[in-house]
Amino acid sequence: MNGIPCAREYKVTLCHVCSYVCPDDAHECPRCDSPVHRRKPNSLTRTWAFLIAGLIFYIPANLLPVMYTTMLGSSSENTIMSGVIEFAEGGSWDIAILIFIASVVVPCIKFLVLGLLLVTCQRRSTWAMRERSRLFRFIELIGYWSMLDVLVVALVAALVQFRGLSTIEPRLGILFFGLVVVMTMLAAMTFDPRLIWDAEVEDVR
Amino acid sequence: MTPATPAPMTDISHRQAHASEQPPVPAIAETQTRADQWIICEHCDSVYEAMPLNKGAAAYCLRCAAILRRSHRLSIEQLLALSIAACVLFIFANVFPVISISMQGLHNEVTLWGSVQALAQGQITLIALVAGLAIILAPALQIALLFWVLAHAHRGEIAPGFKMCMRTLEHLRPWSMLEVCLLGILVAIVKLAGMLDVHAGVGLWAMAMLMVLIVLIAGKDIRRLWDELGVGPE
Repeated sequence: MNGIPCAREYKVTLCHVCSYVCPDDAHECPRCDSPVHRRKPNSLTRTWAFLIAGLIFYIPANLLPVMYTTMLGSSSENTIMSGVIEFAEGGSWDIAILIFIASVVVPCIKFLVLGLLLVTCQRRSTWAMRERSRLFRFIELIGYWSMLDVLVVALVAALVQFRGLSTIEPRLGILFFGLVVVMTMLAAMTFDPRLIWDAEVEDVR
Repeated sequence: MTPATPAPMTDISHRQAHASEQPPVPAIAETQTRADQWIICEHCDSVYEAMPLNKGAAAYCLRCAAILRRSHRLSIEQLLALSIAACVLFIFANVFPVISISMQGLHNEVTLWGSVQALAQGQITLIALVAGLAIILAPALQIALLFWVLAHAHRGEIAPGFKMCMRTLEHLRPWSMLEVCLLGILVAIVKLAGMLDVHAGVGLWAMAMLMVLIVLIAGKDIRRLWDELGVGPE
């Protein structure tokens, strides 16, 4: 340790809702009445649960179609990847890359980083703690951008409603995709980044 | 192990400065009174002593490099003004269509609510609820609650239900996704521009401005009201 004291040494705990410095035997923040915990309860187990649920939903999210298009009599179903490929073949590389990042790269990075954080925290590793803290803040920041595809499908499906000429409808895949985003967001919220630093000191869970 | 004194907060200009001075360890009774001036890093539990920040400066945790606190860019009065502006823009963004299209003489347009409704079909209705929360309900509640607490704070009062409002604001923040919605509208425009005539509606412009305002007013900065209004433990 580099001389910076921990909250534990002063017998205080941070309230995550209002930033009040609570005495560490408090169960409720004296200022805002929200529950206070020294560490988020069962953080590792709950994060694993949300992460695995997200991974399971990610399979149908990619396999099932997200959009059903009828255009002058002919109809087609698009999955997320086939939508990206269509854009790329149509020449709009920028949009193809944007959607690819939002719906494939971001969720995959979240799965990998959360998995890495969970495993290293369980092994009480002291490896690259500062960098792992940064990684956690990064996935908290990028997490909700995956909702992009859901909102694009919603807008497009609401707009293209010309009976007989052309219609677009959302399909089941988008539900699973939305659930992946919600699950990974919940996983990031239940993970307690202070666990990364607990490897330095004795177990305080 | 004897605890060291909380390290003083540092601002950007001298980030690597002194990690700790060495006055004597505070006695237990002293601890609670001094605790009001402490900042605990929410990412690593390090304790620091709060120091006034220069305008535009931010304090970083020396251990995990997270931001501890930023100086306030806006006054309560300015925040209140912006939340009223956000309220007007929110109404515009929801009443007027965000995109309109035309195809072979046919015309169609969509509002935010319309796009949420398009998702509410049979099995996938659940995702319509998530989308409705993210782009309509959460921002609406944020604006209403901010207006409520700020309007009272402006007169130096603590709003009725202040604690509940502030807690709700904290829990809503991650679910408010106007930035993503704006990008989604732009992507949808480009996506449809290939096959139809697409026009941006009034709602889109309102949405773009609203997004900037929400970023300015709905951040963690609002927690300052606890201290500035002197809301303490009972």
